[in-house]
Amino acid sequence: MIALLLRDLRLALRAGGGFGLGLAFFLLVAVLVPLGVGPEPATLARIAPGILWVGALLACLLSLDRIFALDHEDGSLDLLATAPIPLEGVVAVKAAAHWIVTGLPLTLVSPLLGLLMNLPPDGYPLLLASLAIGTPALSVIGTFGAALTVGLKRGGLLLSLLVLPLYVPTLVFGAEAVRRGAAGMDVATPFLLLGGITAGVAALLPFASAAAVRINLR
Amino acid sequence: MSIWEYANPKKFMETSSIALPWAAAGALLCLLVGLVWGFFFTPDDYKQGSTVKIIYLHVPSALMAINAWLMMLVASLIWLVRRHHVSALAAKAAGPVGLTFTLVALVTGAVWGQPMWGTWWAWDPRLTSFLILALFYLGYIALWQAIENPDTAADLTSVLCIVGSVFAVLSRYAVNFWNQGLHQGASLSLDKEENVADVFYFPLLVCIGGFVLLFLTLVLLRTRTEIRVRRVQALLARERMA
Amino acid sequence: MDLTVTDLACARGGVTVLERVNFRLAAGAALILRGPNGIGKTTLLRTVAGLQPAVAGDVSMAPESVAYAAHADGLKATLTVAENLAFWAAIYGTDEVSRAMERMNLAALADRQAQNLSAGQKRRLGLARLLVTGRPLWVLDEPTVSLDVASVALFGTVVREHLASGGSALMATHIDLGLAEAEVLDLTPCRARSPASAGPGTDDDPFAGVTA
Repeated sequence: MIALLLRDLRLALRAGGGFGLGLAFFLLVAVLVPLGVGPEPATLARIAPGILWVGALLACLLSLDRIFALDHEDGSLDLLATAPIPLEGVVAVKAAAHWIVTGLPLTLVSPLLGLLMNLPPDGYPLLLASLAIGTPALSVIGTFGAALTVGLKRGGLLLSLLVLPLYVPTLVFGAEAVRRGAAGMDVATPFLLLGGITAGVAALLPFASAAAVRINLR
Repeated sequence: MSIWEYANPKKFMETSSIALPWAAAGALLCLLVGLVWGFFFTPDDYKQGSTVKIIYLHVPSALMAINAWLMMLVASLIWLVRRHHVSALAAKAAGPVGLTFTLVALVTGAVWGQPMWGTWWAWDPRLTSFLILALFYLGYIALWQAIENPDTAADLTSVLCIVGSVFAVLSRYAVNFWNQGLHQGASLSLDKEENVADVFYFPLLVCIGGFVLLFLTLVLLRTRTEIRVRRVQALLARERMA
Repeated sequence: MDLTVTDLACARGGVTVLERVNFRLAAGAALILRGPNGIGKTTLLRTVAGLQPAVAGDVSMAPESVAYAAHADGLKATLTVAENLAFWAAIYGTDEVSRAMERMNLAALADRQAQNLSAGQKRRLGLARLLVTGRPLWVLDEPTVSLDVASVALFGTVVREHLASGGSALMATHIDLGLAEAEVLDLTPCRARSPASAGPGTDDDPFAGVTA
C-alpha cells in the first residue's frame, strides 16, 4: 500500500497541473473576493474564515475526479481490484494521496491568504489547525463521490452535486472554529466535532467507497 | 404468506393495481376534508391572523419530505440485502416525490415567513436543513439518471442513500450548532406546551393523513411506471441480441 | 488447485450472454477461448478474475491465484518501464522486475517513460507485469494485440515456460501462440438462449410476467 501511495504521489508530481491547480484556485479565490466585496478591512476580517474555508473546499473539489478516472481509463483500477491488497486499502490510500497533494498544501499556504484577507491575528493558528484537521475529511468524502462516479464519462458536475451536501458538516465546524476563535470565543467544541467527523469518515467511508468501486467495475 | 411475496414484480403489479385507486381516493378525500376544514372552519390565530392556515400545507409536506427519505433508506437497504428489484425501483420512484415535498415545504415556509418574520428567507437551522435535504435529493436523482445499467444504478444510489442519511443527520446537528433560529418549535410533539391548539390540530391530522396517502399514491404510480419501463427495456435488449 | 468452472453463466450490462460454461484447467495446462466477437469472452474472463459476480454457477480455484491482463495494460505514461514494473512487483510482494524485463526483451528500454513506447512495446510491458505477479493462473484477454511476429513468438515462449513451471493460462486469442498442447474451448454453444427459443420458465428477466 505504501508502494501505491508513493506511485500516486510520484504521478501527481510528474504529471504537473494536478499539484498546483488547487493552490492556484485557492489563491484566486482570496484575490477575487476582496475585489468583489470591497477592501474594507473590517468586512474582510469578518468573512475571512468562511471564505478561506469555502475556497479550500472548492479547490479540493477541483481535483476529485482525477482520483479514480485516470486509473480507470488505463485499466490499472481493474488490475488493482485483482491485486492482493484489499480495495478498501486502495481507496484509503487514494484519499491519503489526494490529501497530501491538495489538502496539505492548501493548509500550508492558508496563513498567507489569511494575510490577504486581513484575518485577525488570533485566527492564524486556528485556521491552520482547522484546515489540517478538516481537509482530510474533504479528501475522504471526495473519494467516496469519485468512487460513485468512476465509470461515468461526464461525471465532473455530478460529482460536485453529490459531494457538496456531504461537505456541509465539515465546512460548518471548520469555519465555525476559526470564526469563534477570531471573535475570542471558546473553540474546543467545534474542534472536537471537526476531529470527530474526520476520524469517523476516515474509519468508515473507505468501506462504502470500495463497495462503490466494486459495483462500478462489474 | 410472507410479506416478501409482494416484492415479486408480478404480484406487486397485481396488488398495487387494486390498492392504487383506494389510495388515490383516500388522498383526495382527506385533503379535501382537511383543507376545507382548515381553511374555512377554523378561527384565525390571535397572533398570526389567517396566515396560520398555510400550516395545513406546510407541516404535512415538511413531514413527508423527511419520511420520503426514510422510505428511500429502508427500500435501499432492502435492495442491498435481499435484491428485490421492486424495492430499488420504489426508492427510485420516491426520490422526485420527496424532492417535490421538500420544495413545497420550502416555498410554503417562505410564503408564511414573509408576513411573520418580514423576510422570505432566513438562514435558520430548519430552513437551511431543508435546503440541504433538497440538495441530497437532487444528488440522489441525478445519480439514478446518470447511470445506464439499472442494477448498477440501484446499487450505487443505495450506497449513496445510506451514506447520505448519516450525513443528513450530521448536517442537521451542524446547522443547529451554527445558528439558533427564528423557526418555531415542533408543531405536533406530544409532550410540549407549545403544541398547536386542538382546533388547528385535528384538521392538521387529516391533512397529514392526506399527504401520506398522496405520497403512497404517487410512489405506487411511479413504481409501476418504472417496472413497466424496465420490462420494456429488457425486451428491447433481447430483441437487439436475437 | 485447479481452476474449475461449473455451469457458469455471466452477464454483460445486465443481460446474460453466456451460460452452461464448463471447463477445468489443471496446473501446467493452457486453455484458449474461441468464439465470434461479442459472444462474451471478455465477460467470462472478468468473471473468472473475480471482477464481476457470476449470474449462476461456480468458479473455484485457490485463493489469490489469478493474474489478469486486460485489453488495457494499466501503464502509467509518466513512469518508466522499470518503475511501472517495480510498482506491481511491490504490490504483489515479489522481486522479479529485472528478470521480467529481460524475458520480455525490455531491458534496453528500462529507463524510458511508458508514454514514449510504441504500441507493441507497451503491450510487452503489460505482459511483463504478469511475470512480476508471481501468480500461477494467468487470465489473458487478447494478449497478442499489436505485437509483431517476433514478439508473439517471444510471448509464446514465456507462456510455455510458465506452464512448464506449474502455472496455467486461460486466454482469449485468435492468434496462434505456438502452444501446441493448449486445449481450445469454443464458446459458440454456450451462447445464452434467447427467451423465444428457450421456452417458458427460463426467462431470467426479474420483471418477466409483467404485462400491464
